[in-house]
Amino acid sequence: MDTEILGIVTLFLATVVLAVPLGRYIARVYAGERSLLDPVMGPVERFFFRIAGIDAQRQMTWKEHLKALLTINLVWFLWAMFVLTNQGWLPWNPDGNPGMGADLAFNTAISFVVNCNLQHYSGETGATYFSQVFALLFLQFVSAGTGMAAAAMVFKALRGPADRTGERPAARLGNFYDHFLKSMTRVLLPLSLLVAVLLLLNGTPQTAAGRDRIATLQGDTVEVARGPVAGFVAIKHLGTNGGGYYGANSAHPLENPSYFTNMLEMWAQMIVPLAMVFALGFHLRKKRFAWMVFGVMTVGFLALAVPNMVLEMRGNPAIDALGVDQGSGAMEGKEVRLGAAASGFWSVATTVISTGSVNAMHDSTMPLSGMNELLAMMTNAFYGGVGVGILNFFVFIILAVFISGLMVGRTPELLGRKVEAREVKIAVIVTLLHPLLILTGAALAAYAITRHPDLGWLNNPGPHGFSEMLYEYTSSAANNGSGFEGLGDNTPWWNISTAIVLLLGRFLPIIGPLAIAGLLAGKPYVPAGAGTLRTDTATFGVVVFGVIAIVAALSFFPALALGPIAEHFSR
Amino acid sequence: MRPHLLPALKLTALCLLFFSGLYTLALLGIAKLTPNGGNAATVEVDGRVYYTDLAQRFSDDHYFWSRPSAVGYNAVGSGGSNKGPTNPDLLAAVQARIDTFLVHDPGVARSAIPSELVTASGSGLDPHLSPAAARVQIARIAGRRGLDPAALEKLVDAHTRGPLLGLFGPSTVNVLELNLALDALH
Repeated sequence: MDTEILGIVTLFLATVVLAVPLGRYIARVYAGERSLLDPVMGPVERFFFRIAGIDAQRQMTWKEHLKALLTINLVWFLWAMFVLTNQGWLPWNPDGNPGMGADLAFNTAISFVVNCNLQHYSGETGATYFSQVFALLFLQFVSAGTGMAAAAMVFKALRGPADRTGERPAARLGNFYDHFLKSMTRVLLPLSLLVAVLLLLNGTPQTAAGRDRIATLQGDTVEVARGPVAGFVAIKHLGTNGGGYYGANSAHPLENPSYFTNMLEMWAQMIVPLAMVFALGFHLRKKRFAWMVFGVMTVGFLALAVPNMVLEMRGNPAIDALGVDQGSGAMEGKEVRLGAAASGFWSVATTVISTGSVNAMHDSTMPLSGMNELLAMMTNAFYGGVGVGILNFFVFIILAVFISGLMVGRTPELLGRKVEAREVKIAVIVTLLHPLLILTGAALAAYAITRHPDLGWLNNPGPHGFSEMLYEYTSSAANNGSGFEGLGDNTPWWNISTAIVLLLGRFLPIIGPLAIAGLLAGKPYVPAGAGTLRTDTATFGVVVFGVIAIVAALSFFPALALGPIAEHFSR
Repeated sequence: MRPHLLPALKLTALCLLFFSGLYTLALLGIAKLTPNGGNAATVEVDGRVYYTDLAQRFSDDHYFWSRPSAVGYNAVGSGGSNKGPTNPDLLAAVQARIDTFLVHDPGVARSAIPSELVTASGSGLDPHLSPAAARVQIARIAGRRGLDPAALEKLVDAHTRGPLLGLFGPSTVNVLELNLALDALH
């Protein structure tokens, strides 16, 4: 087999194989059972809780979970705003980079708080070492921890009728702070250290020294941006954040120096979202259910990823027409050490999962590859970001249970609880919010740029220009963070409008599923009987997939037809 | 909200110390023990230091050229052209690079030019070529330097790094290392 394809297949299989034991481990951590890192991290966590005055054993209601989550997120936003606007005079700024303007700082702070990492700045000149570490890297840890903590509450809400104490799940949803801190100390931090050390050994810098200035072999003088990169890149992927240390993200040869690091970084961004699916299965003791979820997600993922690999390896027909050899694939915006296959695969891995890091410029991928990248974020349900991926999928499960219940004339039930009007209403609102945000944003921007072409946002003419704007809002609403980076997005319009989309696209899809799960947990448990529609079968998986596909197609086909599809047929 | 505010503030401060501060410090310490000491990989030749993982501009005819860069090979920035695949500007730029290449390498057939040699990389700092993109430049360099093309073929072969473990990913040639070896041939 082609070595480029073999690299992808091996990586994907290795990720799935390792996600199962990691999922079992995560389930044990949230259940409070004995686990591997107890001797090291137990004392650290107890120290944290003692100083912060938190009783981590106290069970919270779903509303308390939400209040705690939203409050601490607000604190982080204010901290990040302060650091980013004042980074010019704050310490650890060896390159003398200036502070961010208010609208750019607003966008950046929100973008990192919500685990999106849309970047309207370039790390080399737009951020200081202090900001990179104490604002951005910090938020990469805690925003991932937030998503996982929210998912952990949903896990607990969906548990069986009663545990040994005889209480309903609604009374034992766990403690937000406990879930949050353990997500980081037990999962994200140890894995990040491992990945960072491997990156260090393969050429990614981790230094406090500022820029270097060298003369090249031909005699040009150039500067080299450095800094504490390796630690940043590790959590950027493990927390599915995606914000690059450097402007070119993981296409940068210091951020991703070799094919090995590329496999490592791809593994790092996929492992926790996949493991969370299995963690759900282990936690509920419903492995078949987890495999159903994993199956639907994997079918959706591969249906987008395989075409992108093929399209990018095949090359750009317009460049074929110029008569050169495209044996390496469509290489505009790509790196030779990574190759077209790994770039095509990554372009979908990073968009189904809400990472948003790139190892090739998505703006220069083939029109239909761009469409798949968009679709990956528009469906926003295949694997997904750490924690929140499973929340998004949960909403689609609620819809599928409701629809299939109607079709067969049975009361909709999920894991022993009736799904009623309130839950379905919340699920519908959360589902429809996503297209509403994306299409409203893209429509307003398209209107503005056609009325005032001198705004000069677009780097490409015709349908591709529209795709650039559509991509930016899709990436924001999906909390993804990748971009068609040709878009001139560091303007007040883009900074503020995408920040609003980011906020709504993050917190409503957390509030909604937590509310649904909380409501379900308070209902009496109905043991499965002959009349129960089973949710752990392939048939039900097909229904879920159908719901996801139909919602995406109905919402987004017209917009895609104006952008990537028009570009594909217009050449 | 209020009962959560004080715990949130304290927990935030502790997380800053632990996940930003200690984590970064620990890695800075570990970095000192690694072969590069925390810096990117460098090579020193005649008292001058070069970064092996970063592309340099090579435009002289007696060197192997690097891939085109959208950021002028200056590693204080990074990025691609972000031109879409059907953008006329992109196709005009590629056409111009093909024409330039053919002027400098008149013996080469257009269909033998690998596309990576005439397209801008994603980072603008791609330090590599495919082996084919290095070989297609041999005739020009051999002519300029008065070297035997067969010796240059050998040089390219010696600097070709195969797939990872022989199994995964593409073969690459590091342009800087190749050009340093080229200079050392004399």
